[in-house]
Amino acid sequence: MHDAVNGPLVAIRGLKTYYPIRGSFLQRLVGREAGYVKAVDDVSLELRKGEVLGLVGESGSGKTTLGRTLLGLVPATEGSIEFDGREITHMSERELRVLRREMQIVFQDPHASLNPAMTIEQSVGHPLQIHGVGSAAERRRRIAETLETVGLAPPEQFMEKYPSDLSGGQKQRAVIARAIILNPVLLVADEPVSMLDMSVRAKILQLMLDLKRELDLTYLYITHDLATAKFFCDRIAILYLGRIVEIGPAEAIYESPRHPYTKALLRAIPEPDPLRTVPRDLPRGEVPDAARPPLGCTFHPRCPQAFEVCGWESRDLRDLLETRWAHQEEERYVAERALLDDLDPLDAAATRASVRAAGGHSGAEVLELLETIRHEDPDEPFWRGVGRMTAADRHVDVEWEEPLAPRPLVDGEVTVECHLYDEDALAEASRRRAATNGTTDR
Amino acid sequence: MSSEPVVSVRDLRVYYGTPRGTVRAVDRVSLDIGESEVLGLVGESGCGKSTLGRGILGLLPESAALDGQVLYGERDLVAMSPRDLRRLRGPDLGLIFQEPMTRLNPLMRIEDHFRETLEQHESGLTDHEIRKRSLETLGRMGIPPTRFRQYPHEFSGGMRQRIMIALALVLRPKLLIADEPTTSLDVIVEAQILRILADLRENFGTALLLITHNLGIVAEACDRVAVMYAGQIAEEGDARAVFSAPAHPYTRELLRSTISLDTTELHSIPGAPPDLVEPPRGCRFHPRCPNAMAVCASQDPIEQPLEDGRRVLCWLYGPAEVIPAGGESPLEREAIAVADEA
Repeated sequence: MHDAVNGPLVAIRGLKTYYPIRGSFLQRLVGREAGYVKAVDDVSLELRKGEVLGLVGESGSGKTTLGRTLLGLVPATEGSIEFDGREITHMSERELRVLRREMQIVFQDPHASLNPAMTIEQSVGHPLQIHGVGSAAERRRRIAETLETVGLAPPEQFMEKYPSDLSGGQKQRAVIARAIILNPVLLVADEPVSMLDMSVRAKILQLMLDLKRELDLTYLYITHDLATAKFFCDRIAILYLGRIVEIGPAEAIYESPRHPYTKALLRAIPEPDPLRTVPRDLPRGEVPDAARPPLGCTFHPRCPQAFEVCGWESRDLRDLLETRWAHQEEERYVAERALLDDLDPLDAAATRASVRAAGGHSGAEVLELLETIRHEDPDEPFWRGVGRMTAADRHVDVEWEEPLAPRPLVDGEVTVECHLYDEDALAEASRRRAATNGTTDR
Repeated sequence: MSSEPVVSVRDLRVYYGTPRGTVRAVDRVSLDIGESEVLGLVGESGCGKSTLGRGILGLLPESAALDGQVLYGERDLVAMSPRDLRRLRGPDLGLIFQEPMTRLNPLMRIEDHFRETLEQHESGLTDHEIRKRSLETLGRMGIPPTRFRQYPHEFSGGMRQRIMIALALVLRPKLLIADEPTTSLDVIVEAQILRILADLRENFGTALLLITHNLGIVAEACDRVAVMYAGQIAEEGDARAVFSAPAHPYTRELLRSTISLDTTELHSIPGAPPDLVEPPRGCRFHPRCPNAMAVCASQDPIEQPLEDGRRVLCWLYGPAEVIPAGGESPLEREAIAVADEA
């Protein structure tokens, strides 16, 4: 091993993992790509030896892809991953296989992680066989020892059993036994307890903590559950649509979350203590399609604090209209909808759009509708991003403020990617606000 | 619960025949669900909570035997013919499942789902009435009218679940049973849906039986809670009261082992839930119970009412006159083998 004591065990820099979108048959025939899903988009982080780093995010955040790219199970598109001083993104499958003795993974679903046709002895001992470790007798001894380590004792009672004979918790113990039998340095645990019952979760987490101490392991803990992450992790990285929006020591993140998304996640956790439940303002909407991410900061459409430079755009206008109509009397919806032509042209990722009037209606009427909507809820963050609305004969031209790309900002021990903490972005926003107020009459 | 219950479950038993023997999935359960009330049914996997929910609606596989009463008004659903029961399902008794994608027909527009549902149960509605009722219900769930003619695949998981809820609510059922309605959803979307469910009673006057393994969800969304263990109700009462001062040792231990943002120390219940083919004698929780007494291992506990309207199935609460001499001494037992751990 190289610099195991001083340097980080894992250093990820500028990592991008993109999945090509399969277009139509014709597109594939002419060799044209339909674009990419940026599952991991420019992620940098370090994992120190003996540390537990939590990768927290909702579905589509890229947390699982990041874990798999680290293990070489998914090829990196760009960027570098150093494991113990060795660059692994360009390694061949053969080199990777050798390396996987040192890094292992525990998957979410213990029922699907074990081959139902293999006994526990065969499953847990499979890595030994693949890597050609020891004689048959030695392997058997090692399997027994490992089963005992993970709490499946006495091992003789479990070796001949099949996965279907075990409970969920016991299966996950067997999966963990298989992961540690080669004495790895790093364990990637992808939602290891989320399929388990409450009373079993604590047991598996305790086992993982014990193993970490006994075997000197380093963990990458991938989860959507901020509660277990808080207890389990030294540091936390919050992911949203492929990017780390906030990273830092667990304590700092939970005590004073900075990113509006982190705050939202924390507020959304159901609290079992009825005396502590508080009315919560939840962000609207859901995680958008990763194939068509929002402009600017990708969280902006759901962010209650988003402002001028956060990336407001054409698609947000469609959402605004539809959300309004969902909560309206049918008659009013029908009247408003009748003013507007097909809304599909709004579905482009653009900071300019023309909202067309339906046949028999004018641009001025459409502008009036938009102004009414603004007037009814002037605090809606969307309107901060609208630079100009001009009525033409048969349509309204809407221009939004040009977005700024959020960048990582260091704030003490925490790094956060949000314009609210960026002096330059705030200054730019207030400059534009002044300019807009000066030029348009409202 | 003050008002007349919408549904009263009395001594309900559901047994399954399996090659290993009879599984007593639900064993003498009684429950009342009041009008506009949200009752949480919590328990770990295999405790019988889903079977109970389906048993109430008569939606059990043929291998199941059902006994006891489910009173809906004057009628007993257990004794009812399958045909009459089918007629009640939908307009009177609704069900929301866990996986929304598998319950919507991928080849049908959202509009057609609503049309079919409404036409099936309320014949004679005009097109306009169908549309109005559907859009109104969808709107309450935050689904815009512009998407009425889209297909299920065009919606996200959270939206599909809202559509499922709307589809159940459009018939304005008296009782809705929601079985883990948010389990496959992201945390924020889960919280959004829970808010919608908790608001049901105000908007629709629907009674809701919310089946979940997540205690946090119950604390947030429910008026009352029933804690289920090994096919029986261990404790039932006001949700706030139960969670702030659990009476049954199982409720207490389950709450302690739940990991929340306040967790500073891991806690777990030793052992694993029992096999319901051969449940332990006496109280079913006694092998794992830190408070177990001698009587707990030999005699079935008798349900006891507490002062705050709660009921609890535990010998710690008596009745004292039934406990034999020496029955209150701590239970001596063998240590739980590691192999029995979950």
